[in-house]
Amino acid sequence: MPAENTANPKIIVPEIIAPKIIIRDLSFYYGDYCALKNINLSIAEKMVTAFIGPSGCGKSTLLRTFNRMYQLYPKQKATGEILLDGENILDKKQDLNNLRAKIGMVFQKPTPFPMSIYDNIAFGVKLYESLSKNDMDERVEWALRKAALWTEAKDKLRQSGTGLSGGQQQRLCIARAIAVKPQVLLLDEPTSALDPISTAHIEKLIDELKEDFTIVIVTHNMQQAARVSDYTAYMYLGDLIEFGDTSTVFTNPKRKETEDYITGRFG
Amino acid sequence: MNIMPSLYMRRRIVNATGLAVSMLAMAFGLFWLCWILWTLLDHGLPALTPLVFEQMTPPPGSSGGLLNAIAGSLAMTLVGTLIGTPIGILAGTYLAEFGQRGWLAPVTRFINDVLLSAPSIVIGLFVYEVYVIRAKHFSGWAGALALSIIVIPIVIRTTENMLRLVPTTLREAAAALGAPQWKIINFITLRAARAGIITGVMLAIARISGETAPLLFTALNNQFWSSNMDQPMANLPVVIFQFAMSPYEDWQKLAWAGALLITLSVLTLNILARVLFRQKAASH
Repeated sequence: MPAENTANPKIIVPEIIAPKIIIRDLSFYYGDYCALKNINLSIAEKMVTAFIGPSGCGKSTLLRTFNRMYQLYPKQKATGEILLDGENILDKKQDLNNLRAKIGMVFQKPTPFPMSIYDNIAFGVKLYESLSKNDMDERVEWALRKAALWTEAKDKLRQSGTGLSGGQQQRLCIARAIAVKPQVLLLDEPTSALDPISTAHIEKLIDELKEDFTIVIVTHNMQQAARVSDYTAYMYLGDLIEFGDTSTVFTNPKRKETEDYITGRFG
Repeated sequence: MNIMPSLYMRRRIVNATGLAVSMLAMAFGLFWLCWILWTLLDHGLPALTPLVFEQMTPPPGSSGGLLNAIAGSLAMTLVGTLIGTPIGILAGTYLAEFGQRGWLAPVTRFINDVLLSAPSIVIGLFVYEVYVIRAKHFSGWAGALALSIIVIPIVIRTTENMLRLVPTTLREAAAALGAPQWKIINFITLRAARAGIITGVMLAIARISGETAPLLFTALNNQFWSSNMDQPMANLPVVIFQFAMSPYEDWQKLAWAGALLITLSVLTLNILARVLFRQKAASH
């Protein structure tokens, strides 16, 4: 049964059976500018949720509240609640490093660290676990296999991560994020800097990764959202306009604005 | 679209004039540089015998070399760099990584800029006043200290600039893994900026290896071999200053040899720094 959204009664929010993250009345400010207005949303566990919308609509901002990335910048703040397994991560007492161990992130531009492929992956793992050399080797291999990079990278683990191609670098970043074994994976336009073949690689990967991880992806590419996601949220100017399972949002949108956007009449 | 011939001609003339003026300016600059290098080589090369590296600075009229001055210069440059580099890198890191909030960073940056352009003779006088007078004698330590004060602002400036070139996304990526800030700085940003920072340190070394004024008031000179940093110490710039002004021809020759030595080592350092930085640029 769909439930009425209390903050904005016009939006029908479908009830997610097993929500991993519940967002309640979330607002976000860059200084005085309000970039997110009273967002209410649930993210289903071990599913892919896509945020779409035109540039500046707040989709990346929303994604960056889930790991409190905004905390790096003194003038940004969020109000409301984000519940991860029932615990409010916006709470001041929330330990940021522990939060980020549970919620991994991959960025728009590949960001390999200036070190070897092996160390790129070991860097995150070492923050939380002290593994023996053998266990670390296994973990690195596991992460690279999961990210579909093992066959290409296994002979050059000691070479610099910056020497890989763009698509390989992005898969390295995914491997680095999952090596920590997070529960949630945030992907911020992960393929917008990549060619179509690398994009296909990563989309296939997302499909496989959702068996183990809850995935939230921000994308400018609507076909991509349609292809990879189970749920889609359409945002515009800091408002959540429509949220539902992907097939409904794309084939039978409830709001005219959503329809205009996904049919390309706007944005 | 039609291009108006008069507009096109005008553009060509402006372009040709601009190009000609820039080439002339370049030729003017290069002319002096080449002349300096030529004079140095002309006078310095004949004087640059193996004896220069084997013997001490002589009294006028007898044969000798620059060994004590070379050793003194190397020792003071080394100690000055060793003191100045860590302070410079730490302060530069503070400015780049923690300098967004508060008043301390802008003030530090401003003072550093003043220090960067302070005449080196002022720094020499300063160390003379606070160290040499209290110790009641000139010394190699005082010279190294004066040199380190020149190194610090250069290293601060380059470290900050190089760290700022590291993309924010790299810091965010490390923060997103849950790395604490000290780990992000130590293992990610300083590493990414490493080649640039080393380049800055090398340029600082190049700068201090030719400084005369700060050493004149601090290390002074020593005609004999001295490995004791607590004693007055011979060094190339002051020896050149003293020998070149003297009426003795053999001293003047040694001064040319020393000048050539300094120039060649500064040139080597500069080229090395450029090669290093280019390699870094190519790997990105």
